Amino acid sequence: MSAPKMTMAQAINAALRDAIAEDDSVVVFGEDVAQLGGVFRVTDGLHQEFGEGRVFDTPLAESGIVGMAVGMAMNGMRPVVEMQFDAFAYPAFEQIVSHVAKLGNRTRGKVRLPIVIRIPYAGGIGGVEHHCDSSEAYYAHTPGLTVVAPATNADAYGLLRAAIASPDPVVFLEPKKHYFAKEEVDVSVPVPPIGRAVARRQGKDATLIAYGPSVPVALAAAEQAATEGRDLGVIDLRSIVPFDDDTVCAEVRKTGRAVVVAEAPGFASVASEIAARVGERCFHHLEAPVRRVTGFDVPYPPPKLEHHFLPGVDRILDAVDTLQWEDAA
Amino acid sequence: MTVNLGNIRDNCKAMWRCGLSAGQLKAAITPARLLDETGRLVRGASAPDPEALVEGYRKLVFARRLNEQCGALVRQGRLAVYPSSRGQEACQVACASVLADGDWLFPTYRDTAAIAARGVDPVEVLTLLRGDWHCGYDPNEHKVAPQATPLATQLLHAVGVAHAARLKGEDTVVMALCGDGATSEGDFHEACNFAAVFRAPVVFFVQNNKYAISVPLARQSVAPSLAAKAIGYGMPGVRVDGNDLPALEKVLGEAVARARAGEGPTLVEADTYRIESHTNADDASRYRADDEVTEWLPRDPLLRVRTYLTAVGALDDDREQQITAAAEEMAAAVRAGVGAETVADPEELFTHLYSTPTPQLVEQRAALRAELELEEA
Repeated sequence: MSAPKMTMAQAINAALRDAIAEDDSVVVFGEDVAQLGGVFRVTDGLHQEFGEGRVFDTPLAESGIVGMAVGMAMNGMRPVVEMQFDAFAYPAFEQIVSHVAKLGNRTRGKVRLPIVIRIPYAGGIGGVEHHCDSSEAYYAHTPGLTVVAPATNADAYGLLRAAIASPDPVVFLEPKKHYFAKEEVDVSVPVPPIGRAVARRQGKDATLIAYGPSVPVALAAAEQAATEGRDLGVIDLRSIVPFDDDTVCAEVRKTGRAVVVAEAPGFASVASEIAARVGERCFHHLEAPVRRVTGFDVPYPPPKLEHHFLPGVDRILDAVDTLQWEDAA
Repeated sequence: MTVNLGNIRDNCKAMWRCGLSAGQLKAAITPARLLDETGRLVRGASAPDPEALVEGYRKLVFARRLNEQCGALVRQGRLAVYPSSRGQEACQVACASVLADGDWLFPTYRDTAAIAARGVDPVEVLTLLRGDWHCGYDPNEHKVAPQATPLATQLLHAVGVAHAARLKGEDTVVMALCGDGATSEGDFHEACNFAAVFRAPVVFFVQNNKYAISVPLARQSVAPSLAAKAIGYGMPGVRVDGNDLPALEKVLGEAVARARAGEGPTLVEADTYRIESHTNADDASRYRADDEVTEWLPRDPLLRVRTYLTAVGALDDDREQQITAAAEEMAAAVRAGVGAETVADPEELFTHLYSTPTPQLVEQRAALRAELELEEA
């Protein structure tokens, strides 16, 4: 019998529900998360089921939400907070960078902060400005944070459960364009732990490295390439921090060619870090420089222009074409 | 600070209709006081318990001695820097003494003396300024958060601890400290608002020492008082003479009791003065006149209590000498503790960041270890 189909929003909702039910210290709060169930309905029904003590709305202030989560975690709770959109998390930046990320280190591990900061992120939904940022580099650059970006609905469930169970703070980036896409999710099947990348597709000719919303795009590119006689593998990082050098490098060493795919502007980005790491670690196995296919170094565009900005199948395949195949013969 | 009660009344007509009383407004603007600047009980005030006040005086002497000792340790190069609370010792002592064991204190970088008054070993507190580590004491053991260096951010943590306590059915109260400059920060606003909305058991205690490094109060706010800001959040604001220990203990004690009874937060503003520069690295002569400091010296918080206790016969030379001797002992222990050579472990850089270090940190730690072994070889 196949597992039930659910959307990513439903998978995350199920993870929250199960975590709240299992552990009295889990609390969920943020803007519009209670009565409304969140603007994406990710927390739908949780307030009604568990009450004000477990799932509650806050005043509209992101620094306040994250700062309060720090204090609640200091006092034994496991807060899971929602930032309504990627760019609306910026008012909380000081709290995240100066306290969420550092308090454990500051106190020599005496105070741990099991906080999950859920952020609907990235684009592809035709959203207006401030609703489509890929902000992962800010968090990945901050020592002390764990940064997770699921690409599948099963991972959204499993990784969120793992994030909530983690003794350390996790920034949980939810690719919002996946919220309403259905996939089979069997919540009883455990997913690999945070920090483990997986090869979503094995390939012999080149390796596409992606995370979050770019994983399905990379898979589509690999499908297309297969019809053109190129066998591309696709790695889903699943977490940006910790970064799984071992899995990534093992795959790249097999193919000798790699393209990193990410929506965020490429300059000083996570994609750049990955390209550098692969270059340093796999140099003698590489047949070509590691390429990056990313967003342009511009603010996220207005809806009519976003398709020019987002890395798509054609742009990925164009990059693959430049990987010095002429030398292979 | 000049206060025009009439204007405030006009501005707050809507509040009046909501039931804000003249007494509540007055409390937010006119500093409460029990001992006047000459050490006499103000008219109509009930006399503080002399024995309790002697104990308070002992703590004031300790706090002053600690400030002096830390200044000396900076001059000797033993501490990197010290933001002194000289002149604010009554605030430092009172905010700690009104708390029960299970309550929390959220201090700033200027509140070393308050943390010591809470019972934390000053040497542990000074770990930060000695440069060994960012926090030298166990926050959970003492219910004292790490000293906040960014401004006002800790106020939100205080609200979180308080709200969690409330959800768990505990009667914990949280004392959250900040200065006048921090009231301009967004997190001050968010913390006050969250606390009021959630009726969190928090006491916001603003030590208005008139300066944020060089910027005077007038450039921070033109509100009638900092305590008056509470009105906008729907919580009581109380202004108190910040150099009057018994008045501070009374006002803060009432705010703590109110929070513990489930009646929500209070904003208390202490009217005080930073006698020294921001830190030893600062030169206050660039932005304030010596005359201004001279004006505040006779309002000294220690002098006031000593004068009162001597007048009522609760403090004689013998007792004074005992207190001074004990403070000297404490100072000697601080000198010895801070002066002791410590060896910082370079590998500790990687120990605490994550419960389980990332593969990258394991790699970097090994690389550093290899460097160190090469140096030793």
